[in-house]
Amino acid sequence: MKSTALAEHNALGNSRDASLRYRRREHMLMFILMSPAVLIVFLLLIVPLAWLIIQSFYVGDGVSLEHYRRIFTERVYWNTFLLTFRISFVVTLLAFLMGYPLAYAATVLPKRWAIVILAIVILPFWTSVLVRAYAWLILLQRSGVVNEALMGVGLTSAPLSLVHNELGTIIATVHILLPFMVLPLYATMQKIPRDLLMAGASLGASPLHVFRWVFFPLSLSGVLAGVTLVFVLCLGFYITPELMGGGRTVMASMLVSRNIQLYSDWGAASAVSVVLLMCVLVIFYVVSRLISLERILGTK
Amino acid sequence: MMTYKLSLSRALFISYVVLVLLFLIVPVLIVIPMSFSDSRFLSFPPTGYSIRWYDAFFNNPAWMSAARTSLTVALATMLIATPVGVAAAYAIHCSSHWSMRYLKIVLLLPLIVPIIIVAAGVFFIYAFAGMLHTIPGLVMADVMLALPYVVTAVTAGLHGFDQTQEMVARSLGMNRFRSFMLVTMPQIKPSIVTGAIFAFIQALDETMVALFIAGGQNQTLTVRMFTALRDEIDPTIAAISTLLTAASFALVMLMTMVRQRPYA
Repeated sequence: MKSTALAEHNALGNSRDASLRYRRREHMLMFILMSPAVLIVFLLLIVPLAWLIIQSFYVGDGVSLEHYRRIFTERVYWNTFLLTFRISFVVTLLAFLMGYPLAYAATVLPKRWAIVILAIVILPFWTSVLVRAYAWLILLQRSGVVNEALMGVGLTSAPLSLVHNELGTIIATVHILLPFMVLPLYATMQKIPRDLLMAGASLGASPLHVFRWVFFPLSLSGVLAGVTLVFVLCLGFYITPELMGGGRTVMASMLVSRNIQLYSDWGAASAVSVVLLMCVLVIFYVVSRLISLERILGTK
Repeated sequence: MMTYKLSLSRALFISYVVLVLLFLIVPVLIVIPMSFSDSRFLSFPPTGYSIRWYDAFFNNPAWMSAARTSLTVALATMLIATPVGVAAAYAIHCSSHWSMRYLKIVLLLPLIVPIIIVAAGVFFIYAFAGMLHTIPGLVMADVMLALPYVVTAVTAGLHGFDQTQEMVARSLGMNRFRSFMLVTMPQIKPSIVTGAIFAFIQALDETMVALFIAGGQNQTLTVRMFTALRDEIDPTIAAISTLLTAASFALVMLMTMVRQRPYA
């Protein structure tokens, strides 16, 4: 009797050991499966980021805050960051004003219309940024379709400069980032229960009232996700302002690239990168307290 | 009166939505007629039609070599990023270890860090390692940028998969790898294909990092396009744009078809 109890006890101990061993082996296997991906990101992103941060504190061979002092005191740097934030703000606002009704239409209209709307939102998503920049250069040039149409209806007598400036940059950037606004908005609006809207209406609220007090508040988390994503992506935009801005619209990313490619000034480039990265990380961090990171990035 | 007002506001709303949709779609479509223009000038609508700009693309050795580089890089990126991403997604899905949450964020970093900073960093590392202007260099950078997409797509696929099926296969004596390949993988195939296509398109489209690290013999299509757009625009770009748009459109169609047959 006693010996069987002991054997049972031992067996239990063994199986506990075995399950512990199994769990450890399981963890080990998962880490091994994970390692190639993590290693690639580590070597090509985290190591260079660390180097950029260190580099930003060096002038010649000595440690100094000189690069940061220049960013915060010299006009060129200040203006660039101000311009970057202003463009990002305008682009985000426009993308919201255009994207919200689109997502709303895709939510409330009959299914086949919703499919058409979403297809049109997603199609540009799949075309290269360069292709779209090219298209806008054609449309907005002095003898382009838009200028001819404006002169045709008599809104202007001489062609307007719509491209190679800040306006051109904003138009093309809104076009490129609009899907990033619509998709999270649509995902959120989809989940708003229709019963709530009907309940509001049955209690005598006008459609506008239902929208203002029921639908809109429930869509706010999607608004936050879309606005954050568009704003942050715009902060780091390079290709569109470079092509559409005509060399005068210098955004923060262009400051990085010019410091490296024209002046080989890694210290200055690093400091600008670090400030830009900090802006992005702070925004992501603050917003991720409210909604999950995966939702902002649309990966969930 | 009330219904009249309502339908008026509805009409206004619909016309606004249509205008926004036109804003989205016109620039993508206008490139197509431009590419068949017969003149150098970017007038719209074109004065006559021809395929001379497609000729200009296919008969120009520099453009062709860039296209070859881009396709090679995109294909290699897809072939590497897919298995690496699937393995990572599987680990994220199966492991209960606390560190996985953080490792997952590490894999999302290429999406979070502004691309110009990624480009500057990769440029520095490659200059150090002597990997500038090489195909493997381009491929590895594109693999990193594609990983978030592959991992996300496959993790979503694994969420819809009943993990006990794999355990059953293993308890019946299959080893882990075989049970994954024969039981799990066929069922999450659509999400793997989606991830692979994402990886391919992202590598084909990637411009920013390539601007820093491509060069010499290994210029990519997008880098050449970027330079051409900045210096002198001619309708050859429209022809290439049309081909690129057609290619991604075909891939999206393929993806939708795979999605519609979930167990194919």
